[in-house]
Amino acid sequence: MIVVIIIGMALVTMIPRFIPAYIVDRVNFPEWVNKWLAAIPYAALGALIFPGIMSVIPDKPYVGVLAGIIAIVLAVFNIHIILVVIGAILAVFLLTI
Amino acid sequence: MTTKVIDKPHTSTRIMMVQRGIAKGFPIMLGYLPIALAYGVLAKQAGMTLTELTLMSVLVYAGAAQFMGAGMIAIGTGAIEIIVATFVLNFRHFVMSLSFMNRIKAYKLRWKVPLSLGLTDESFSVASIHTKEAQQENGAYFYAAMMITAYTSWVSGSFLGGVLGDIIPEALSQSMGVALYAMFIGLLIPSVKKELKLVLIPIIAMLTNYLFSQFLDQGWAIVAGTLIGGLVGIVLIKEEDESS
Repeated sequence: MIVVIIIGMALVTMIPRFIPAYIVDRVNFPEWVNKWLAAIPYAALGALIFPGIMSVIPDKPYVGVLAGIIAIVLAVFNIHIILVVIGAILAVFLLTI
Repeated sequence: MTTKVIDKPHTSTRIMMVQRGIAKGFPIMLGYLPIALAYGVLAKQAGMTLTELTLMSVLVYAGAAQFMGAGMIAIGTGAIEIIVATFVLNFRHFVMSLSFMNRIKAYKLRWKVPLSLGLTDESFSVASIHTKEAQQENGAYFYAAMMITAYTSWVSGSFLGGVLGDIIPEALSQSMGVALYAMFIGLLIPSVKKELKLVLIPIIAMLTNYLFSQFLDQGWAIVAGTLIGGLVGIVLIKEEDESS
């Protein structure tokens, strides 16, 4: 039964992932759609960060927000992304002990 | 697949692209490992066998959906409900894939299809800030190597979580929950720094997501945030020039 669930989950995840490969192969989008699609990464990153980051520590939303601000500051100063990640982890660690 | 006559420069750009891809996949690996371990532990506790929980990582390969799925299996939710919830939660990948596939439109379908299957929030984000590879020779190898690095760490991390159980101390594992968010920030900031007005796009997306999440499923709220935030880009983004 669990295997059936896994296969079902896989199908509904994979199909939306690969259908666009066939769409762009067949359709030429007008310029405004191309721009829209080019803007999607910025938008997706925004939507993935907030409000999700507030649930890092579910009962203390400020912890995630503070760690996020630290990550922003580090990133603004061109710190390598690995160190941005480690800095944020450390921030949460120190804020929760 | 094997070509007998391979000219030297050709091969070396491939190797270089693969190396760069692995390097860019490394931050994803750092973010995935603790989460995959946690998923493995949770799925085991939910009553899934080691084979099942690893198979889910191999076939579904979507972190949030797998946590949700394992949680729903644990409380005995029906298959249809789990599958529908997975579809809603993962539908954002359709939008992301459309964006990425449009960027690599010129690639052959035999590259586009596998690359589309390797898309996650994280691999999409990394792929999207490395736009010049799409134009370069053998750029597909860059994207493939980055995605395989991420995929391997997700699958092996899940398996390890299932075998080893809770090995990371709780204080550390909950701190590591912030890793992927920090990675998203670390990817977003440098790309909007180049053109500050672009920061409006993620901000609108955040607010839309927040607003819609008050009354919609998380999955649909993220899709709405992504689409509406992206709309702002139509006026902000310059004509796609071939050179960049």
